[in-house]
Amino acid sequence: MKLKWENDGSIKTPAARARGLGAAHEGVKNWWRLRVAAVAALPLTLWLIWSVVHMQGWSYAEFTNWLAHPVNAVLMILSVLAIFYHAALGSREIVEDYVHHEGFKLFKLIAMQLFFFAAAVACIFSVLKIAVAG
Amino acid sequence: MGEGLTINQIAFEIRAVLPIIGAMADAPKTAARPLSPHLQVYRPQLTSMTSILHRVTGAALAVGTLMVVWMLLAAATGMGAWITFQNFAASPLGLLMLFGWTVALYYHLCNGIRHLLWDMGYLFAIKDAYRAGYIVLALTFVLTVLTWWIACPWSGG
Repeated sequence: MKLKWENDGSIKTPAARARGLGAAHEGVKNWWRLRVAAVAALPLTLWLIWSVVHMQGWSYAEFTNWLAHPVNAVLMILSVLAIFYHAALGSREIVEDYVHHEGFKLFKLIAMQLFFFAAAVACIFSVLKIAVAG
Repeated sequence: MGEGLTINQIAFEIRAVLPIIGAMADAPKTAARPLSPHLQVYRPQLTSMTSILHRVTGAALAVGTLMVVWMLLAAATGMGAWITFQNFAASPLGLLMLFGWTVALYYHLCNGIRHLLWDMGYLFAIKDAYRAGYIVLALTFVLTVLTWWIACPWSGG
């Protein structure tokens, strides 16, 4: 596997190629996305906690009725998107910083991205099923 | 000592040569040095501990998202699956996990705001960084207690 800082015929020095790229080898793109997702997740998480706290002793019908309401369904889908995207990027950052074996790192990164994507799809499908199909 | 060399000139020569000798003496050592200060040689401070805790709680919350997945999948599956989830959430282990989840979440949320303020260029003075750290810990405590006070069936909330 060719790493981004390895020289592939360019006249740039390895230092010049690596400068500003950091542990992710691709600069600040995901750093910025992580923060945007954090700002989005902030009010949504507070809404989620507030809602769950009031669900004590709810029956199945009470919960599904609540989730079927358009406002709750949309807020739940937005929460899932913001939280899982933030979680995927955050755990990616941790692995990039602490896992140094390139092969294992690649495996962990792929596994985590797939896990969070699958988890988000499962959540969104569930919300849609309750809200749309009843 | 050669003629015509003053003390100042000798001192100048020595000063010119010292860095070279120093570099030669250091050369074998530098290879084995750690690249950055590491945990074993670092005295724990509030700033480093809150930073590590931010990542630990973040990782815990990422795993904790499984509870959200279970809750929504169970609700979409049907009454039986939902009751299984609800029974687990109300069990001692479930409540302990939910409690840990709220502590981790409030900490990560408050300290996340502290990180966003750093990103915007605030709180860089050591005093401010520490003060914000204490505020984060206090807020985590207050918000967790408040949430469980409201959630408690016997609080009437």
